[in-house]
Amino acid sequence: MDVDLNIARFNPDAEGKSPYRQEFNIEVNETDTVLDGLIKIREEVDGTLALRCSCRSAICGSCAMRVNGQAVLACNTKITDLVSNKNKSINVEPIGNMKIIKDLIVEFDTHWEKIKAIDPWIKTDSSPPEAEYIASNESMVELAGVMGCIQCGACVSDCTVLAVDETFLGPAALAKAYRFIADPRDEANSQRLKDLNEPSGIWDCTRCMQCVEVCPKGVDPMGRIMKLRDFAMEAGFKNTNGARHAEVFSEIIRNNGVLNEFWLPVKTFGMFNIPEMLKLAPIGLKMVMRGKMPPIFYEKIPGYKNITKLFEKTKVL
Amino acid sequence: MKYAFYPGCVSRGAAPELYTATIEVCKRLGIELDTQTMEGASCTGSGVLQEKNERLGDTLNARTFAMGENSGLPIMTICSTCQGVMSQAKARMTDVEYRESVNSDLSEENLEYKGQAEPRHLLWIIIEDIGIEKFKEKIVKPLTGLKIAPFYGCYIVRPSDALGFDENPERKHSLEMIIEAVGAEVADFPGKSACCGFPILTINEKNSMKMVSNHTLSAKKEGAVAMVTPCPLCHLNLDGYQPTASKQVGQPIDLPILHLPQLIGLALGIDPKSLKLNQHIVNTEKVVSALALTP
Repeated sequence: MDVDLNIARFNPDAEGKSPYRQEFNIEVNETDTVLDGLIKIREEVDGTLALRCSCRSAICGSCAMRVNGQAVLACNTKITDLVSNKNKSINVEPIGNMKIIKDLIVEFDTHWEKIKAIDPWIKTDSSPPEAEYIASNESMVELAGVMGCIQCGACVSDCTVLAVDETFLGPAALAKAYRFIADPRDEANSQRLKDLNEPSGIWDCTRCMQCVEVCPKGVDPMGRIMKLRDFAMEAGFKNTNGARHAEVFSEIIRNNGVLNEFWLPVKTFGMFNIPEMLKLAPIGLKMVMRGKMPPIFYEKIPGYKNITKLFEKTKVL
Repeated sequence: MKYAFYPGCVSRGAAPELYTATIEVCKRLGIELDTQTMEGASCTGSGVLQEKNERLGDTLNARTFAMGENSGLPIMTICSTCQGVMSQAKARMTDVEYRESVNSDLSEENLEYKGQAEPRHLLWIIIEDIGIEKFKEKIVKPLTGLKIAPFYGCYIVRPSDALGFDENPERKHSLEMIIEAVGAEVADFPGKSACCGFPILTINEKNSMKMVSNHTLSAKKEGAVAMVTPCPLCHLNLDGYQPTASKQVGQPIDLPILHLPQLIGLALGIDPKSLKLNQHIVNTEKVVSALALTP
């Protein structure tokens, strides 16, 4: 079977330095992965093709790249899963949101800086126990999921926030932060949550689930970020627009059963937050002129009291 | 073909044009909508309530599913976010023990989610229940010559394992299928399944607006005359906040954003006013006049 690997190339030493595309038509076996195809090109067609790889078993995390627009490990992506009789072309690019060094190789420095920024070690104030630390099996099973991260950068590559804001800590570092906050041996939770509550931290995630989708290890970075938000609110860090948004949203559902888009932004910013209210006003006015302003006094759903009861039962709000 | 209609909050709030267009389009497609069954159904929690308490979110959705099951009708949604949150809740509740524990909270209302309800978006219903060929037969005014950019909304494409993409692989490119079926051309662009920025609008407006300008401008670069979305929340940001995004990026955008049933409605020959195309922040006149020129 033959396929066309359309590869994004970039050589910083070449004149002009501009990135370009190059297509390689190669013969592959049915069991071959994208990585097998790339290695074949490097060994048999073009020795200058630069890529990182090592274990070929989805353990080391070296070969993350974008295949057909999505970050994957090239070594656990089968070519036959990507081609059909109609389409035998596969797009291969370096992972996104990082600086390209050459061809499919990127600079991981920004990624490591963010991992370092969350202090990735266990912090304790008390003196160490006489024997080993005891942690419950349950808590360690929960942590095992996030410790499965192999730092491949796939989630960082496809994060939609990092695409517009490089200061965002990003899914990998935030998942790593969760790993320490949820560790029963760590005693710095309060300070950690305080730091993560700052701009570029947990509240800047859009909940788009790209990281969940592309993670080859099931780490569920976004799920961890949502838990961190919950931890932060429970620890009393409620003075952010994000926390207020979640609070006000829940309160509206609790009392009405459905959402009211008029009160959500107004209450999130606070009615007496004059600058924000002034910013909302023209947009609200435009909506009114187009006949689409949500009603100020929203109708509650029939039986809304049952929804309130469910909230009471779960002790939320 | 009858469905228990779950309109979601936004189509009854900030995007009433979506509700109207859905009713009009369903009439023409032979989709009968039961608007009574879901009257007492709550918001899905939209992923926001789930930040505070996932189980409570699942309980609210189990309640909605039970209402659907009791009516004997399949549930129809018209919002990517509703659809995704429901699909995720459903996936979690395939665990029988968990579902039973959730159901115990619903016993007071005499409701029980049996695990059978299958909420589906209008987008999927057209392809799976009507069938794309049958749907094409109903097109009376093909949108020939119009280049339309698809914009999915995160929750209808991720996480793919909860959305039944394995069983229904056409869901992955459903929006492109509809654009082609109505006779228009797809303006493909890299951001089509990225985030619109709406969830962080009140948290980080700058990033949110950057997402709006990135997507709309890259769609325009591909020649799009309009964008279509099955998600009213994406619509709120891409349409309602497009002027703000345009100001931030310092260049005009002016890309009309249509709700899915509005695009379909035009091809079904429904008059643009009945589809409430005049209720958008970004003027849709460009689309309407381009259509008037096509034979």
